[in-house]
Amino acid sequence: MSAGVVQVTGELIASRRAGSYHHLTFVAPGLAEHARPGQFVALAVGGPTSANLLRRCFSIHKVSPSGTYGGTVDVVVSPVGPGTDWLASLRAHDEVDIVGPLGRAFPLPTEPVPCVLVGGGYGSAPLFWLAEALRERGCHVEMVLGAATEQKLFGVVEARRSADAITVTTDDGSAGTRGWVSDVLPEVVRRSGAAVVYACGPMGMLKSVTDVATAEGAVAQVAVEESMACGVGVCMTCVLPVTGNDGATRMVRSCVEGPVFRGDRVRWDAFEDGMCRVPADAVGAPRAGGH
Amino acid sequence: MSLDTRPQTGTTTQTAVDMSVDLAGVTLPSPMMTASGCAANGKELARFFDLRELGAFVTKSVMAQPRSGRGTPRMAETPSGMLNSIGLQGPGIRAFVDQDLAWLKARGARALVSIAGNTSGEFADVAATLRASDAFDAVVGVEVNISCPNVANRGLVFACDPLASAKVVALVREQLPRDVPVFAKLTPDVTDIVSVAQACVKAGADGLTMINTLLGMVIDTDTLRPQVAGVTGGLSGPAVRPVAVRAIWQTRAAMLEGRLPTVPVIGVGGVRTGRDALELVAAGASAVQVGTATFNDPSAPVRVGRELQELLQQKGFHRFTDAVGVAHERTARG
Repeated sequence: MSAGVVQVTGELIASRRAGSYHHLTFVAPGLAEHARPGQFVALAVGGPTSANLLRRCFSIHKVSPSGTYGGTVDVVVSPVGPGTDWLASLRAHDEVDIVGPLGRAFPLPTEPVPCVLVGGGYGSAPLFWLAEALRERGCHVEMVLGAATEQKLFGVVEARRSADAITVTTDDGSAGTRGWVSDVLPEVVRRSGAAVVYACGPMGMLKSVTDVATAEGAVAQVAVEESMACGVGVCMTCVLPVTGNDGATRMVRSCVEGPVFRGDRVRWDAFEDGMCRVPADAVGAPRAGGH
Repeated sequence: MSLDTRPQTGTTTQTAVDMSVDLAGVTLPSPMMTASGCAANGKELARFFDLRELGAFVTKSVMAQPRSGRGTPRMAETPSGMLNSIGLQGPGIRAFVDQDLAWLKARGARALVSIAGNTSGEFADVAATLRASDAFDAVVGVEVNISCPNVANRGLVFACDPLASAKVVALVREQLPRDVPVFAKLTPDVTDIVSVAQACVKAGADGLTMINTLLGMVIDTDTLRPQVAGVTGGLSGPAVRPVAVRAIWQTRAAMLEGRLPTVPVIGVGGVRTGRDALELVAAGASAVQVGTATFNDPSAPVRVGRELQELLQQKGFHRFTDAVGVAHERTARG
């Protein structure tokens, strides 16, 4: 195999609850060495005769290239369906087929500029590792973590170690400020003088983050959550409309061209009510009658 | 995976099963292929295995012009399968031959190129552009996708109608040199697949690929609306394998009975293991494509080939071709 992607049998060595989520650590030889913040792994679920064939894709929470057990990779799982329930039910020494690292990582600034990292729910999973990489480069890093409830926040304690400042929001006010991340974000971006806002979470939040960043003169880099069947670029299900350097909009695969995109390149106008249509000006867009 | 074994007679050293196969005049070192639309155009899976290990790499159906495909969601997981509603997203034939086919040629891959069109004339134009391309010598065959359900008329595809199928096949056949075989890809969503196969072969198809996905639908019970943006989609995966076995069986039986000229069948539908592949082969498939299983295991197309070879060896076969259609010989007729 080339391009640093490996397919390995990962052995689970730790599984612990974290609020509404499960935090899993796998030994995954050869994977950790090449991974960077923002990339993801695709896990097969249910074992070799599983009736759930599609891979489940997760942002890499962190990697340890040379731990006691060899290279390890951590992911955060929200058990909401048969595949994620199966992953959450695994015990130590159970095995999972893992493909990774996949996708494009968060681009890091070449100058030590201030950055704000925004996570919605367990979308925060890759941000702590990103924060460390940014601080190593001398960047001032602030984090904004938001969720529906305190139970659905992930990594508040870790954020206090990884970032220079942290703001928490919950929809119900059970932790931090009552409201959405987009309510507090303008003030955080302005105060920190952020040049880049990184975000990972639901699509609606990513659109809001992009709007705020753009209004404040910062660049948004967002990691999208599109459902994927394969994670490796062959199924064509995880597409979204993105405008390229040539100004043309194409339906691009979030697994290979993303999951990280510049927020101002994503055609947010095409998303509505849990669906995304093909913009009429996209390359090869359907004419009357559709595809 | 546990495998049936039966006593081996004779020598203790075994020579590996000869997996080569002649497919309408083209000799391939292996019967294993990717399935169109389940493998993109090569670069992605080349990270996991050498494409030359396959008998042929089957490319995603390409049309005359670039095509965005449908909006999202485009898929739904189903029991032992999935529903997809991609809508034939692709770069158009010109970009395909300049970039994708050229890349496959440079890698030494054998390409079975899948083509599609809104009209029979578009199929012919795509075939003509393919033939005129610099990388055409990498092409070991053309698969004519007359059966994709994700088109504007939702499943009312060419392959539902023998006459429409014959017209497409005849026009494509005219555009290509005789030594490049044309395979018609059929849908099982018809009353009588043999009559469609007859029309295709009579029009010049050198072989048949079966089956394409079945037209299906999933409703999201939280939102109570169709789960894929395209409303309907194509059902694939192990759930449809018995339908593929049946379609291959019926077609092979028609050949054995003299109702259909004998042409090679490429089997596709729900193959996940070597044992699944053997089922299609025993029904009459001379080659096997691995589709949806690739989403679960990107190495599946070559893994299944290795498993099939081991299984044939354990069953005492010396040549893959001896197993093609073997279930017909072993069926009591009454």
